[in-house]
Amino acid sequence: MIEMNNVYKTYPNGVTALNGVSIKIEQGEFVYIVGPSGAGKSTFIKLIYREEKPTEGSILVQNTDLVTIKEKNIPYFRRNIGVVFQDFKLLPKMTIYENVAFALEVIEESPRNIRKRVMDVLETVGLKNKARFTPNELSGGEQQRVSIARAIVNHPKIVIADEPTGNLDPETSLDILRTFESINAKGTTVLMATHSKALVNEFKKRVIAIESGIIARDEDRGEYGYEI
Amino acid sequence: MKFRTLSRHIKAGSKNIIRNGWMTVASIGAVTTTLILVAAFLALVLNLNEMANNIEDDVQINTLIDLTATQEDVLALGEQIKEINGVESVSFSSNDQELEKLISGMGEEGDAWNMFEQDNPLNHVYVVKAANPENTEPIAAEIEKFDHVEKVVFGQDVVDQLFTFNNYARVIGLVLIAALVFTAIFLISNTIKITIMARSREIGIMKLVGATNGFIRWPFFIEGLLLGVLGSVIPIACILVGYYYLDNSLAGTVSFSFVEVLPFNPFAWQLSLLVLAIGALIGVWGSVMSIRKFLKV
Repeated sequence: MIEMNNVYKTYPNGVTALNGVSIKIEQGEFVYIVGPSGAGKSTFIKLIYREEKPTEGSILVQNTDLVTIKEKNIPYFRRNIGVVFQDFKLLPKMTIYENVAFALEVIEESPRNIRKRVMDVLETVGLKNKARFTPNELSGGEQQRVSIARAIVNHPKIVIADEPTGNLDPETSLDILRTFESINAKGTTVLMATHSKALVNEFKKRVIAIESGIIARDEDRGEYGYEI
Repeated sequence: MKFRTLSRHIKAGSKNIIRNGWMTVASIGAVTTTLILVAAFLALVLNLNEMANNIEDDVQINTLIDLTATQEDVLALGEQIKEINGVESVSFSSNDQELEKLISGMGEEGDAWNMFEQDNPLNHVYVVKAANPENTEPIAAEIEKFDHVEKVVFGQDVVDQLFTFNNYARVIGLVLIAALVFTAIFLISNTIKITIMARSREIGIMKLVGATNGFIRWPFFIEGLLLGVLGSVIPIACILVGYYYLDNSLAGTVSFSFVEVLPFNPFAWQLSLLVLAIGALIGVWGSVMSIRKFLKV
């Protein structure tokens, strides 16, 4: 569960990204975050995985108070959250298998567990047969599926995706969305910031629109609502 | 920390060292240069100290007693000297004993003094030792004021000069070494900074998936440690080989007791250990500096 109360975020350079945001997202929801560029979507997302700290207000994620959380506890908190980016953030010198296993190695999983879970998750995203490839040998859509695999290999309660289809063609985007839907079907909360009108309008979900740092719309089964 | 994790960190740290190529060479070179100078300086200062201490231990005040003094006067003088603050021991040496010492100390040439055995021109002497050698001079001044003291002789000058020289050497050496150590630390921290930059993507992902700060830091910490330790290999070899030859060649040629250098075993080993520790410290310090600055985890 994610709960924000009257959250403000002003960056040190004086730019105010969020201007009093209150929202509640229940466990297992699928939510699109939409809005013009620079409206505060990325800040909204960064606050949830505690990349940024609010200037004012309170944030509760998975019963963790992200305002008072101690620095040293942030890594443990992050293990509950999977994050996917537009640019995949894969390590080019590692194989697909290693890229996914990396996420488990750095949280000191046992080698036996790592092997099993990585192969399982690669099967989930349909890339089991490409485990030995490097990211550069894969298409954009496949690379994004690897990064999704990495995000969910630790069985997080929440998956956050910041424009995951931004670099992908419509067909591949559809593919990625289906992957997120299947993750969501298993009870994982999915938050997806997107500029894809087609996806939002075709696969109706809850839509939260952020404009100029405030929540302009919050609709169940909403529309994208912007041109382009 | 689990053994598996530690071995992962060591592997990652070693990989960084190889990956950084010339920066690694430069850092190790800086540590090597620094440590060779540190070792040479330490060997010099510690040996000078030892020599000064040796000589200082031998420093005694020879109180020459007036030839006209009666036996009572001599005994009274002895009591007076004993009462001075800081005097450790007072021993009487008669003129005959003094002559004997003189003759035996001069070897064959001393034979010429044999003729004086009938008519000894020397004074009776009180040999005074100060508890703290640094007090030799004031004690000597005190003794000089007493009656029946003809002359006070002591060898403090040599010791003073040696200590003065030693102090200068120490100050100059320390300044020089501090500058070198900072250069080495700076180079190491830069090398590690490069690693951190090169691996910023990896670090970002590690943070994202919940690696602890300690976990992220360890490989850089190990890289610094390795740079420092590798940098101390050549200096240690220099110490062991160099000191071995120095010790051997000096032992053969110089016979004065006070220029005896500290023995190879254990001194060279202790010095090597110290140099290794300083190298490791420089490496760790350098890495900690850049981790703090560039790795805001």
